[in-house]
Amino acid sequence: MLELDQVRRSFGDRTALDGVSFGVAEGRLTGFVGANGAGKTTTMRIVLGVLAADSGEVRWDGRPLGDDVRRRFGYMPEERGLYPKMTVLAQLVYLARLHGVGRATARRRALEVLDRLGLGDRARDRLDSLSLGNQQRVQIAAALVHEPLVLVLDEPFSGLDPLAVDVVVAVLREQAAAGVPVLFSSHQLDVVERLCDDLVVIADGTVRAAGTREELRARFARARWSVVVDDDAGWLRDEPGVTVVELDGPEALVELAPGVDDQAVLAAGLRRGPVRAFHPVLPRLAEIFDEVVR
Amino acid sequence: MTGADRPAARGLVWVVARREMAVKLRDRAFVVSGVVMLVLIAAALVVPVLLAGGPDRVAVLDASSAAAVEAAGAEAVTVGTADDATAAVRSGDVDAAVLPDDASPTGLRVVGLESVSSSLVLGTSQASPVQLLEPADADPLVTVFAPLAFGVLFMTTSLLFGLSIAQSVVEEKQTRVVEILVAAVPVRTLLAGKVLGAGALAIAQTAVLAAVALGGLALTGRADALPADLLPALSAAVGWYVPFFVAGFLLLAGLWAVAGALVSRIEDLGSTTTPVQLLVMLPFFATVFVDAPGPALTALSFVPFSAPVAMPVRMVVEGGVPVWQPLVALALLAGCAVVVVLAAARLYEGSLLRTGGTTSLGQAWRRR
Repeated sequence: MLELDQVRRSFGDRTALDGVSFGVAEGRLTGFVGANGAGKTTTMRIVLGVLAADSGEVRWDGRPLGDDVRRRFGYMPEERGLYPKMTVLAQLVYLARLHGVGRATARRRALEVLDRLGLGDRARDRLDSLSLGNQQRVQIAAALVHEPLVLVLDEPFSGLDPLAVDVVVAVLREQAAAGVPVLFSSHQLDVVERLCDDLVVIADGTVRAAGTREELRARFARARWSVVVDDDAGWLRDEPGVTVVELDGPEALVELAPGVDDQAVLAAGLRRGPVRAFHPVLPRLAEIFDEVVR
Repeated sequence: MTGADRPAARGLVWVVARREMAVKLRDRAFVVSGVVMLVLIAAALVVPVLLAGGPDRVAVLDASSAAAVEAAGAEAVTVGTADDATAAVRSGDVDAAVLPDDASPTGLRVVGLESVSSSLVLGTSQASPVQLLEPADADPLVTVFAPLAFGVLFMTTSLLFGLSIAQSVVEEKQTRVVEILVAAVPVRTLLAGKVLGAGALAIAQTAVLAAVALGGLALTGRADALPADLLPALSAAVGWYVPFFVAGFLLLAGLWAVAGALVSRIEDLGSTTTPVQLLVMLPFFATVFVDAPGPALTALSFVPFSAPVAMPVRMVVEGGVPVWQPLVALALLAGCAVVVVLAAARLYEGSLLRTGGTTSLGQAWRRR
């Protein structure tokens, strides 16, 4: 378990992080969402020791995180970059060795990771001869090559083509399934929604919401129902305690006031004709995000 | 840091150093310039010998003129008559002839085709005795050559490998790979690896150049031509040059790394490396300018930035210095190097992750 406890950091007069606390559990994909400048990258840099915190603590298994443990983390920074003139294999071996892996193991792991990411035949090419999409895959390989204890990925999907997004999603799921805590940031809320088990929402340097995806959805769920009838659903506007959020011919999204019986609304519909669908709707991540950040 | 981490950290420094060296050795410009330098040194030693083509052959008629000719450093060839000797000069069999001549005050006449070597003329003539009231301490050739040789060697090696440290640092900043590196290894390990890699290559190159120069001297027989009392002084100077070079390189290496870390793009490197270049070049010019023994050269031999050049130069031109002097100068240099490297490590740490524009020293000094 990776934990951040009341981490603060300011740059000059500007407070970037104001007491950030959350946890990243083993075997879970934790999505880290927030607007640009909310503090995602600063938080991740502090976890990796690239930046120092003004106060607060990062803990691993309940103990303050030391350099020897931190070296075994895998990191993909937002600012991508590798050695353009080195071959793909040589730089992966070099990076693995910097993380403390022996030479023979480093080489074997590098080839395995490249195969997994579909770059096995490019191992001996110079990085700058690869397409940008493939360079991004090498960047992800660089975060994985030393079999990291924890994975921290800053915007891992930006710049990836859809095919590569699928490959990376699969690889992250494998890592989590193998017990690795994975923290990844993204501003693409649909990808986060599809992928993450846990969620941390940050705004203006403070954590606004954190928990499992289901918890957050339930917590921010407003009583919304999707209704589909055969013809016009406009009658819903006249039902007491019902607010129509969206209306498109026979389909409607409605919000029920507290205490209103959903079955009474269904019965009212059935009196007018067939009801094809009537079910509660959990909020989408984008909606939760809008609400907590506002 | 616990005891178990230390061997690992040392191993990491070596991993970084190996990459630095591998990159440099694969750099075509670096390899070509190194080979050109070796060829130039070898040529400077061998070509004059080839052009000279051995001692003059001189035709003589009798044993007494043969002795005079050999005393002048030429090879005597005895022929039968004066006409034979003249014919041999005309045909080019010999370079000159020395014949008896009653009209000459020395009793000898030198016969040549177009010109004759002055040493032959001097050797067969009667020179007046010479008395010098203030003889020079050392061969003027040596007093000019030694500062130039040590100075040029230190300056070119420092500049070449120092710039390569700065370039390697800024390249990692420019390509942004530095953030992954810093997340994996302590910044100081990274710095130490770069300095070790460049330093090892610099020492290797110096050793190869010295081997070619000394080997060339031995092979071409020019070492015999050096004054006998110069050799011990020269070898002492070369021996002391090694530790002075290592400490002097270290002193500057940290500054080169800081110069690289302060900028974000390789194009901006000139603005921060110029002061470091001056720190390399000014002591060199000072030492070459003050080439005669005296208080100025003695002072320069203790100043950390000029000591690596000035102390070995003093050892040659003064024919040896008391052993406490290089020890004290080396201690001063090493102490200064430690202070500068520690300060440089902090500046490097403070500026390495600042991208966009050039970082001021004040910003770099603050914590990251």
